[in-house]
Amino acid sequence: MKTFEYESATAVDDALARLAEDEHAMVLGGGTNLVDLMKLGVAHPGTLIDVTRLPLHDIETVDDGSLRIGAAVTNSDLAVHPVVRQRYPVLARAVLSGASGQLRNMATTGGNLFQRTRCVYFMDASKPCNKREPGSGCPARTGEHRNLAILGASESCVATHPSDMAVALSALDARVVVQSVDGERVLAIDDFYRLPGDAPERDNTVGRDEIVTAIEIPKPAADAHSTYRKVRDRQSYAFAVASVGAVLDVEDGIVRGVSIALGGVAHKPWRARTAEHALLGTAAEEASFRRAIGLELETAEPLRDNAFKIPLVTNLVARTLVELTETGARTERGDRS
Amino acid sequence: MTASIGQSIRRTESIAKVTGRARYAAEQPPTVGQLYAWYVPAKIPVGTVEHVELDADPAVHAVLWHGNTEKLGDLEDAELHVLQSNTVAYRGQTVAVVMAESLDAARAAAARVQVRYGDVRAPDNTLTADHAALYAPESVNAGFPTDVTVGDPDSALETAEHVVDNWYSTAPMHNSAMEPHATTAQWSEGVLTVWDSTQAPSGVQGDLATAFGLEPENVRVIAENVGGGFGAKGSTRPNAVLAALAARATGKTVKLVLPRQALFDLVGYRTPTLNHVRLGADSTGTLQAITHDSFQQTSTIFEFCEQTAESSRHIYASANRRTTHRLAPLDVGTPRWMRAPGEAPGMFAVETAIDELAAITGIDPIELRIRNEPDLDPASGNEFSSRSVVQCLREGAEKFGWERRQADPGQRLEGRKLIGMGVATASYPVLISPSTASARVQQDGTITVSVAATDIGTGARTVLRQIAADALGVDADTVTVELGDSALPTAPGAGGSSGTSSWGWAVTKVCRALKSQGPYAPGNSADADTTDDVEGQKELARMAFGAQFAEVAVDIDTGEIRVRKMLGVFGIGAVMNPSLARSQLIGGMTFGLGMALMENGVVDHEFGGFANHDFAEYHIPACADVTELEAVWVEEVDTELAPMGGKGIGEIGTVGSPAAIGNAVYNATGVRVRDLPITLDKVLPHL
Repeated sequence: MKTFEYESATAVDDALARLAEDEHAMVLGGGTNLVDLMKLGVAHPGTLIDVTRLPLHDIETVDDGSLRIGAAVTNSDLAVHPVVRQRYPVLARAVLSGASGQLRNMATTGGNLFQRTRCVYFMDASKPCNKREPGSGCPARTGEHRNLAILGASESCVATHPSDMAVALSALDARVVVQSVDGERVLAIDDFYRLPGDAPERDNTVGRDEIVTAIEIPKPAADAHSTYRKVRDRQSYAFAVASVGAVLDVEDGIVRGVSIALGGVAHKPWRARTAEHALLGTAAEEASFRRAIGLELETAEPLRDNAFKIPLVTNLVARTLVELTETGARTERGDRS
Repeated sequence: MTASIGQSIRRTESIAKVTGRARYAAEQPPTVGQLYAWYVPAKIPVGTVEHVELDADPAVHAVLWHGNTEKLGDLEDAELHVLQSNTVAYRGQTVAVVMAESLDAARAAAARVQVRYGDVRAPDNTLTADHAALYAPESVNAGFPTDVTVGDPDSALETAEHVVDNWYSTAPMHNSAMEPHATTAQWSEGVLTVWDSTQAPSGVQGDLATAFGLEPENVRVIAENVGGGFGAKGSTRPNAVLAALAARATGKTVKLVLPRQALFDLVGYRTPTLNHVRLGADSTGTLQAITHDSFQQTSTIFEFCEQTAESSRHIYASANRRTTHRLAPLDVGTPRWMRAPGEAPGMFAVETAIDELAAITGIDPIELRIRNEPDLDPASGNEFSSRSVVQCLREGAEKFGWERRQADPGQRLEGRKLIGMGVATASYPVLISPSTASARVQQDGTITVSVAATDIGTGARTVLRQIAADALGVDADTVTVELGDSALPTAPGAGGSSGTSSWGWAVTKVCRALKSQGPYAPGNSADADTTDDVEGQKELARMAFGAQFAEVAVDIDTGEIRVRKMLGVFGIGAVMNPSLARSQLIGGMTFGLGMALMENGVVDHEFGGFANHDFAEYHIPACADVTELEAVWVEEVDTELAPMGGKGIGEIGTVGSPAAIGNAVYNATGVRVRDLPITLDKVLPHL
C-alpha cells in the first residue's frame, strides 16, 4: 500500500477546497471499500479527506415531503430510521441485505454510492482491466464473468455495480446532491451513474473534486408498496447475483404506477423502464409481469457463464411484483401484513 | 474420583484466547530490532525469472531472489525449494522476499520490486479426464495403492440389472484457516528458532534441519497456538523456509505473515477431482460391481495424488470392484491435504451414485445401503475392529424424521420452496502414528506431561490433560500439558485425524510408567515411545463411520439452496470430551456444507492461478448458512484402538455431508447436480 496523508474535514467548504487544490486527494467515508482497494494496490490516493465528521448526519423530511439523507449517515442508522422503514421499505431492506452489521456501522450513505465493482480482474492489480487501467483490456469477457453484466455492457467492460442501497434508491427515483467549489447541483440517480461505454474507468458522472452531501428521496405515492429482494450464493454477506428493488401501485387490479430497478446485472442500477412502460395500465398479474420483464431483457447480451441471469431476473421480478400486488390487496382489505 | 475422559472439560487455553493473551506465530517473540518480510509473487502463469531489482530504500534491509539466495539442502517437497532456481512453475509462486523495518515498508517495497521474466507461456491448468499428461503414480497420498481391481467389474456391469454410470466432479477448494501461515525466525549462534503456524512442529524441525544443513537439535520449532490449519499446515510450508532464509541473510529476527491472497496460491489446496463411477446391482439392489476411476491434478514440480477412490474400497460389499487414480501435472501450485483428503471428494461421488441407484431401483436409500453392508473390510478381507454404519443410519433416520421424506422427488412445496431430504454414509480410517512423550512430578506435586503435539484449535491440549489424568489416576487439575514445541518429545503432526490417538497413546503409556514408580514424588519422571505398540497392533480394519442427514430448501423462483438442518450420527468409539468432539464434528459438517454449496476455486485459464482469492469471492459458509446442525454418536466400544478407545474425529464430519446435501437437493427438486458446488445457476434452468 502506498503511503498517504490523512486529513479529517469538519466543514464541507474546507473539504472541497482541499480536494480542489490536491489532485491526488480522495474522499474517505467509512472506508469499507476504499481501504481494501488501497491495500490491493487498486486505489492510490495521495491524501484521504475523511468526510465522516462533516455535519451531514441528519435524516429529515423536507417541505415537499421528500426525505433528505445526509451523506455521512451510516448504513446502520439509515436502515433503522422510522421514516425509512415505514415509507421506503425497499430502502431499509436493501441496506440490511448488504455486507454485515460491522460494515454497515462504518459505511456511509454517500460512500455506499461509490462502491466499486467486485470484478475479480478489477480487484487484482496484476491483471489487465480497462476500469482500473484504461486501455489494458478486459479479460472478463472470456474469463471469469459469472457474476458480471448482462445489460448495458460494452466491449471494454462488463462490470456490475455492487451496491444494494443504490438499487433501492434507483427504484425510488432518488436524487443525489453534489457540491463543488462552484456550487451545488442535483442529479437524478440514474444520471449519477453511467454505463461503461469506452470509458469504464468512470463509474459515475461526479468529478473528483465534488462531494456528495445528501440524497433526496421523493415522497412515495400513497398507495404504493415497495420491497427489495436479493438473490445470493449464501444466506448473508455476499454480493447480489441479481437483485430487484420495486415500487408498485395497483388500483382495482390495474398497475397505476411501477418502478423496477435491477442489481447485479449492469454497470449501474438498471431501471427497467421498458418493463415499466409495458406494465402501466395492464392487469397486475404474473403473466403481465413476466411479459414485461421479458421485453426488458430482450436487449440482454449474456456472456458464456451468466445467461442464467435471464430466467433468474425474469422470475425474480415477476414474483416480487406478485408479492407486492398481494401485499397491496391485503392492505386494502385492512389485514395489515 | 470420576474419570476425566468423557467429561466436557473447558478448553485449557480458552480464557487466554478470548482475552487475547494466547500468542500466535507472528506475535512471538517480543523483541526489538526485528524485520518484517513480505513476499513477491510471480505474476506470470509459467516461465522464468531473469532478474529482480528494487530501487534504493533506506527502510529495506535486503531483497532475496534466486540470484542471491543461499543454496538449501535437498528437501523432498519442491515447494520448499524457495528462491532456488529461476523457474516459475505457477502464478503466485514466490520469486522474491523483501525485508524491511516495518510491515508497511516491506509491503510497499515488495510492490515496487521489478521482476524481469522470460519464456512466459500460457498456462496448461485445466484438468480433464483425457489430458495428455495423465499418468498413474506409484502410490497415492498416505501410501495407498494407485489401482486395485477385484473380480471382473466390466463383465459384472454388463449383466447387472441396474446400472448407474455417471461422472462426478468437485471444485478446487481452499483450506481457509483463520490464522494465515506465519513464521517468526531467529538465528543465534548456529541455532535456528522458528515460531511457526504449523500442525507439525517435529516435521518442520526435520525439514529445516535438512534445508540448512543443521543437526535437528539445532532447530527449534514453536507452535504454542495455531489458528486452524485444516491440512494446509500439516507439512512444512514455504513461509517457514522463507523466514529462516530471510533471518539468516539479514542477521535479524524476521517475521513473515502471508497475506490472505497468498494462501490461495502458495500453501496447498484441495485438487479438483473428476470421478467416473459405475454401480451395477441386481433386482434387490445388491451391488454386483463398483468402479471408481478418479482424476486429479498436481504441479509440475512435486507429486501429490489425492486418494480420491480409496474410500470406495471399504464402504460397500461387492464381488467385483475397480478403483483407480490418475494424475495430471499442470501449471498449478501443488495441491495438498485439506480436511478428509480422498474421502471428501470420493465419497461425494460414490454416495451420490448410491442415491441414484436407490432412485432407479425404488429402494429407500437407507435400506439400499444396509443391504450392501459388508461383513469384512472389502479391501483387506480383515474384520473391522468396529463398524456402526447400520446403527448410525437407523438411529439417524429416527432422530431426523426420515419417514417424512417423500420417496419421489419434487413433491414437497412449502410456499415457494421445494423441500427435500438426503442421506449419505461417511467413513474415515483410524490412523495412528508412533509418538514419544515424557512426564515428571513437579515440586508442587503437579505433574507435567510433555509431547511435541500441536493444538490447532481442536482442544488437543485439553484432551491430552484428560487422558493423562485418567492414566495417572489423578484429577485433571493436577496435570499440565506442554505441547507445541519441537524441543519436547518428538511427535507426529496434527493430521489424518490421528493426533489424539497417537499422542494420547504415548501420554497414556508414559503416565502409566510414572504411576508404576509408586507415589508421585517430586522429581520422578518417565519417558515413553509407542513405536512397538503401534506396530504391534493386531491386523484389523479400523475405521470411523457415520451417517449424514440433510434437509434443504430450494427456492423455486431463484434456485437458491439453503440447508435447513443437518444431523450427523457417528460411530467413533469412546469420546474424550463431548463438548470439544461436538465442535469438531459440526465444524466438519459445516466444511462439507461449504464444499457442497459454495466453495469454488475458480481457475484463471488465461493468467494462471486462481481468479478468486479473497473471502468476498471465495465463499465459505456464513453463520446464517449454518442453522440447525446436530452431531451425535452411537454407543461403540472398541478395544482394538489406542488404549483410550477413541477414533479420530477431525475429518469424518466433512465426509458424506456434501453428498447428503446434494441428495437432498435432488429429493427436493428432481434435479441431480453432479458437479460441486451446487450453485443456483446449475439448478434453476431445470426447475
